[in-house]
Amino acid sequence: MSEMHAETVPFVRETMLPPAPPPIREAGAVRWLRQNLFSGPVNTILTLLGIAIIWFIVSHFWPWFAHSVWRADSLAQCREIIARTWGEGASGACFAVIRERWHQYMFGFYPPELYWRPLLAFGLLMVALAPILFSESRIIRRIVLIVSATATLILALALGIPTPALILAATAMIGAIAVAERQPTRLLIFSALYPFLGVWLLWGGSLWGPLMVLASFGLGALAWVVVARLLPLLAAAAAIIVALVWWIGFAGRAAEDLQNLLPLAITPVASDQFGGFLLAITIGIAGIALSLPMGIMLALARRSDMFLVKSLSVMFIEFIRGVPLISLLFVASLLLNYFLPPGTNFDIILRVIIMVTLFAAAYMAEVIRGGLAALPKGQYEAADALGLDYWKAQRLIILPQALKISIPGIVSTFIGMFKDTTLVTFVGLFDPLKGISDFVRANFAWKGIYWEPFIFVGAIFFIICFSMSRYSMFLERRLARDHR
Amino acid sequence: MTDVSAPANPPFRLNMLIYDRRYRSMTFQVIVFILVMALGWWLINNTIQNLRALGKDFDFGFLFQRAGYDIPQTPIPYTSDDTHLRAAIVGLLNTIIVSVLGCVAATILGVGVGVARLSNNWLFARLMTIYVEMFRNIPLLLWILIIYALFTEIMPAPNAYRGENPAWSKILFDNVALTNRYTAIPGLGMTNDPGSLDLGARVTISWATIAFAAALIAGWFLRRAILAWAQVTQDRTGRRPTTWWINLGVMVVPSLLLIWFFGLHLLPPELKGFNFTGGLNVQNALVALWLALTLYTGAFIAEIVRAGILAVNKGQSEAAFALGLRPNRTMNLVILPQALRVIIPPLISQYLNLMKNSSLAIAVGYMDLRGTLGGTTLNQTGRELESILLMMLIYLLLSLIISAGMNVFNSRVKLKER
Repeated sequence: MSEMHAETVPFVRETMLPPAPPPIREAGAVRWLRQNLFSGPVNTILTLLGIAIIWFIVSHFWPWFAHSVWRADSLAQCREIIARTWGEGASGACFAVIRERWHQYMFGFYPPELYWRPLLAFGLLMVALAPILFSESRIIRRIVLIVSATATLILALALGIPTPALILAATAMIGAIAVAERQPTRLLIFSALYPFLGVWLLWGGSLWGPLMVLASFGLGALAWVVVARLLPLLAAAAAIIVALVWWIGFAGRAAEDLQNLLPLAITPVASDQFGGFLLAITIGIAGIALSLPMGIMLALARRSDMFLVKSLSVMFIEFIRGVPLISLLFVASLLLNYFLPPGTNFDIILRVIIMVTLFAAAYMAEVIRGGLAALPKGQYEAADALGLDYWKAQRLIILPQALKISIPGIVSTFIGMFKDTTLVTFVGLFDPLKGISDFVRANFAWKGIYWEPFIFVGAIFFIICFSMSRYSMFLERRLARDHR
Repeated sequence: MTDVSAPANPPFRLNMLIYDRRYRSMTFQVIVFILVMALGWWLINNTIQNLRALGKDFDFGFLFQRAGYDIPQTPIPYTSDDTHLRAAIVGLLNTIIVSVLGCVAATILGVGVGVARLSNNWLFARLMTIYVEMFRNIPLLLWILIIYALFTEIMPAPNAYRGENPAWSKILFDNVALTNRYTAIPGLGMTNDPGSLDLGARVTISWATIAFAAALIAGWFLRRAILAWAQVTQDRTGRRPTTWWINLGVMVVPSLLLIWFFGLHLLPPELKGFNFTGGLNVQNALVALWLALTLYTGAFIAEIVRAGILAVNKGQSEAAFALGLRPNRTMNLVILPQALRVIIPPLISQYLNLMKNSSLAIAVGYMDLRGTLGGTTLNQTGRELESILLMMLIYLLLSLIISAGMNVFNSRVKLKER
């Protein structure tokens, strides 16, 4: 049969021809252009529109940007240089203002000879955060640790750090890197101690103050351990009471006595000397660190079976989410003095941090509640079936999964909060965006300069916020355990 | 055999308050209640003591005193002789105006950009991505200040529009003039003015407005009735009558008739003396705030819309096509209902955010609720406790009203699970 068939077919090609190249319209760049930019009339119009937008922006901004002046003492001098170089009527950017005032945008009115302190605080923060942020990837952690440590030390040297402090800082960083190489989890102790060190470096004063606050945590933990042996259920209450009693009643006096006994103080810096990105980052990081645990507690309270706890949590969250942050900042600056015992007057930055934390915590609580609700019911039942009590179930089973689900929301809350730190300008603090820029413009030399400070500050905010959102994507990918 | 039944009621012992799960939550709640009450009492007691020490009282009587300050833009008549209460209401209306305008514009922009980011036009999708990332990662305050500075620094004084060969010319068919203090837009004029309805307290509302609102509402109900009739006809005969032109007619024709009847026309702004007259001069504070809120919130809405569309499984549209539905009916009946389910809840919170962010009017001096009640009134009367508490209460009520309204809408569009 097949032979018959073979005979009837007159011609069979026995060798393969090389494949013919596709027509020129269907290959390479032309094909890509046709598919992605000019696939139909609508697409063609959109492409032309896009090109028009880009052309409009570039043609307006490029000359201005290309004519930028970096060395001048005033806006008038800038304009003079531009007119001399590029002809009369040419427009140009005057980035000289950034060159002259960068330290105010970064540090506000912090004493210039102490600039190394915030820098060191920031560098140590990187070292403290590395084990938390990059806990699973050894290479990235190593790179982050080494780069941030060297950069911090070099910059601190450039800013005039005294030699003993430099040696101490270098020892601490080398020690941290060594510990991170051997036992990264040990570095978490440093992360826990960091807040006290950071506060001391930024505000200065006696080291005993932060140490005594740290001691209240230590005493609380001690009370927990002791009472947990006798009455396990009261351990938490006992720990809180002991810590509070020590903190309110004895910490201040003890710090003074110890300071007299062994002075360990550095130059104090008042809160009204803070400003610029130092202020924004201080408020932002404090708010982030405090609002996450508070948000978790609020979310758990909102899902609780106890009616009173649940309704209190709902009332708090809905109240905070229903009012603008500005009004809460006004409460911090104008009303807090009414609500506290007569004669209390505490730091404005601390008040703002409290309000920003409460604000972010309410949003955080809703994000985490979403994560808790998205968790399949089987997980809760499995935790019950294992005989875990409430807190063990939350800590070991529920929260790790719920927090993982809510990472994108948590990070966008962080980003929103960091952006909102610019609002502190309305309660008289010097944020980089309006407070410092207005201050710079108040000087006759820089009167009328708008765009350059906006671009500078906006670019820094963009870099920080954009890297935060990219980090959240990285974290999401790393933690993904399913659907691979 | 042992008796397995537990004792019915074990005698109550004091330590069961802690160790028995039945009582423990009650104990805990009682403790929380006592603590909260103590905290509340402490705060109130402190406030009373502080007020007494300052020689102040807690009294909202200042709301009925003469305000004595001017507000540049007032949706209802207001002079400096009016009360602080009326100033606060003007501020509230200004907040509502910028919020509503912002929500509408941000929704339109956000939906457009969200769809454009999904388009297969490489260039345009990238451009939209840049827009979204720029606005999401830079503080709103910066955008407000930039846009306001654009208006005050780059736009000319009204004088530039003067003369035979003016330095600047009006845009949009000679209807809109941008100046460094205000944006002059056309007003509405009527040749056949029906007069106004007096609502009391010097607030009037034109009969023409009422007539247009009534026509639109009636048209909406007629449209629903026609759609129901079309459905019934389709169920009975299997053919769906063509209704789109009837629907368009009942929505549009009455309004067109009213326009003709009242002789409605645009009054373009004219330069008389030093200023534009004839049209409406909208303060640049409002325009800049509105633009900034729109662009900022639009970027967030674009992401929400994009996520909503991506959340609808591709199989859904393929199934709809397999059933023989046309693309627009697939969109209306299959994709949109499912995408809206994902889009609406975060959209509500964006609207709420926009309303709350409108309090950043403080940066450009637009007199919203914070500018009147929480600003000038507070400074003039020195009643910070009352002013700020009242302001927060009003913002809270606004938020609750918006979220309640949107939740009703949400419960109507969300997937009915049975």
